[in-house]
Amino acid sequence: MKILIKNGIVIDPANKINSAMDILIDQGKISGVEKIINIDVDTVIDAKDKIVMPGIVDMHVHLREPGREDKETIASGTKAAAKGGVTTILAMPNTLPAIDGAEMVDELKNIIGKTANVNVLIAGAITMGRLGSELCDIAALKNHGAIALTDDGSSVDDADIMLKALARAKKDKLVLICHCEDKSLSEKGVVNLGVISTRLGLRGISNESEYKRVERDIGLAEKAGASIHIAHVSCKESVEIIANAKKKGIKVTAETAPHYFSLSEEGLLDYNTNMKINPPLRSKEDVAAIKQALRQGIIDIIASDHAPHTENEKDIEFDYAEYGTIGLETELAVSVTELIHTGLLTWESLVEKMCYGPAKVLGIDKGTLGIGRDADIAIVAPEKEWEVTKECFVSRSNNSAFLGKKLKGAVEHTIYKGNIIYSMKP
Amino acid sequence: MTRTVNKKSQWTHKDLLGLEYLSKEDIELILDTADSFREILDRPIKKVPALRGKTVVNLFYEPSTRTRVSFEIAAKRLSADVINIATETSSVKKGETLNDTGKNIEALKADIIVVRHNCSGAAAMLARHVNISVVNAGDGWHEHPTQGLLDIFTLRKKTGNIKGLNVSIVGDIAHSRVARSNIWGLTKLGANVTVCAPGMLIPPGIENMGIRATEDIGEALSNADAINVLRMQFERDEKGAFPKQMEYFKKFGITDERLEKAKKDIIVMHPGPINRGIEISSKVADGANSVILEQVTNGIAVRMAVLFWLSQAKKGLSK
Repeated sequence: MKILIKNGIVIDPANKINSAMDILIDQGKISGVEKIINIDVDTVIDAKDKIVMPGIVDMHVHLREPGREDKETIASGTKAAAKGGVTTILAMPNTLPAIDGAEMVDELKNIIGKTANVNVLIAGAITMGRLGSELCDIAALKNHGAIALTDDGSSVDDADIMLKALARAKKDKLVLICHCEDKSLSEKGVVNLGVISTRLGLRGISNESEYKRVERDIGLAEKAGASIHIAHVSCKESVEIIANAKKKGIKVTAETAPHYFSLSEEGLLDYNTNMKINPPLRSKEDVAAIKQALRQGIIDIIASDHAPHTENEKDIEFDYAEYGTIGLETELAVSVTELIHTGLLTWESLVEKMCYGPAKVLGIDKGTLGIGRDADIAIVAPEKEWEVTKECFVSRSNNSAFLGKKLKGAVEHTIYKGNIIYSMKP
Repeated sequence: MTRTVNKKSQWTHKDLLGLEYLSKEDIELILDTADSFREILDRPIKKVPALRGKTVVNLFYEPSTRTRVSFEIAAKRLSADVINIATETSSVKKGETLNDTGKNIEALKADIIVVRHNCSGAAAMLARHVNISVVNAGDGWHEHPTQGLLDIFTLRKKTGNIKGLNVSIVGDIAHSRVARSNIWGLTKLGANVTVCAPGMLIPPGIENMGIRATEDIGEALSNADAINVLRMQFERDEKGAFPKQMEYFKKFGITDERLEKAKKDIIVMHPGPINRGIEISSKVADGANSVILEQVTNGIAVRMAVLFWLSQAKKGLSK
């Protein structure tokens, strides 16, 4: 099966391409990227005025399977991914039970093999049950197919265990991803600590609870001589700490999620539980700092932190509601709206942050449109406006912090390994 | 959340969720109405038919005697039927949700739900899920609008006008819904508000609500026309971080000695229940400046006014 994408603006920073090009796909691989390709094919996609970019590599996704299939499954989550232009996912291990041993990795691999619609990679837990007290058999996780380690949802409080984990991750060449939160500082908090928590009468989560842990974990990585990836950076102090660490030559990469550069704590003034997220939506000042950090390259990666929850867990008292927003189907549009249309980032730098950058961190051969690579491609209408509604989601959950928002930029087609897995309804 | 365009002297809200969401005119309308209801309470036959045939449900997820009884008496003075439901919070999480309980009460054809809940925002959430009126009788640390209204009503009765008054609120500001409702209401009516507490009990950014904050009780009292003394909620002190009771009394307790340095006719308020000898001395609580028991009586009139206007609210008002 051959597909020809005609007349699109091809963005492929890995190969320094940003111009009108045709792309030929043959047998699931990219077989030609040239000014004009004229050849007989099975399917021609006219991409005039469209952006043609590598499929997104989203390295922070909660697919909830096994255990909480009522929220999301590998099948439904990867279908949502396809709609969002995402072709590779790193699945977080905080499932029920957690992915903390070889058997769990095997079970997950089995489900992925049977039901996934896009490439799903596996992150294993750092500690057994993600409880922070006993290291997993990291070599076994690796041998069975995990490519990263994280206790995401929790931080490893014990510095000694964290240091050992960093050393093991280095030895086994696994990416160590840190959810940075000092629970002794953020305990019971439900929104950002400040004016808004004061007005709402809700318990606050301080910036300190995040950045103190960012500081500690980077310090431990330096000590171990290991590389470290900081998940969902939300506040200005964390940005500063990461910037300084990079200057010092510590091997740190950092990620943020679209809600941290597009929404602030003020969105919570009517107790919208879809905006209850951990780390919390921060102050406008923090939002501005995250944007600048993206522009300056201090934050390398944008990932969704897609966190599906049922309505029963969200449409309740604010204190009792679960933390998190879904993001797979909105991450590109929010980024285009907030970063491209505002002139903050170029298309190349956005693709770098959503495709090639995370692929590099994960050490996978994705995120580019190079000849011979897997034909994982998103074709995007950059000016197309749409409104986020509950009905538009294909995810099993619809707890989006962006409900009601108008976004500019829409995925028209997603191609995964040479197959068109999503096309926007005309 | 109640957001409607307000014409002068016309009530347009389905719910009363907080003083934050009311205009100056809304507040004055309730105070004026409460004024005319206040007189009924002194009649030998204390009943008018304004809410005859209406049903008010008191839905209390937190223990409360005075607020619940005050709402009950207010509703009965207006000839409404009153049902009281008291529920343990713990069963909420296990059993029926607040929203489902609310919808059931609506299906039982009640007209107004008066809800007290330990979670901030609970009343607003309930109001979004039912078409009948919801009165917030205290949600977490957020708001207690009828308490705010009755405090302001009492102040207005004593002074004639709220505008320009210096009002100090003393005590656990961080965990107080009474403080927040007073701050919104008083500032909308043009009072100068100061809050005073030990540092740990002054929440961050409270000055952004248009008020002053101080840890110095002398400063809070020096120019005050009125002071609202909050109950110290030692049960909130999970980490043992609050000052001890005697220490608090020494530093912040409202005593005769402290009042001697304040304006002679300073009005002393307290939302109750009072802790004698902790935030206020018995002498002050029972003294000439105290209006604490008047507040309790006025509370009925204010709640009558609130129930009256909500029952007048046209069907289909925006929530």
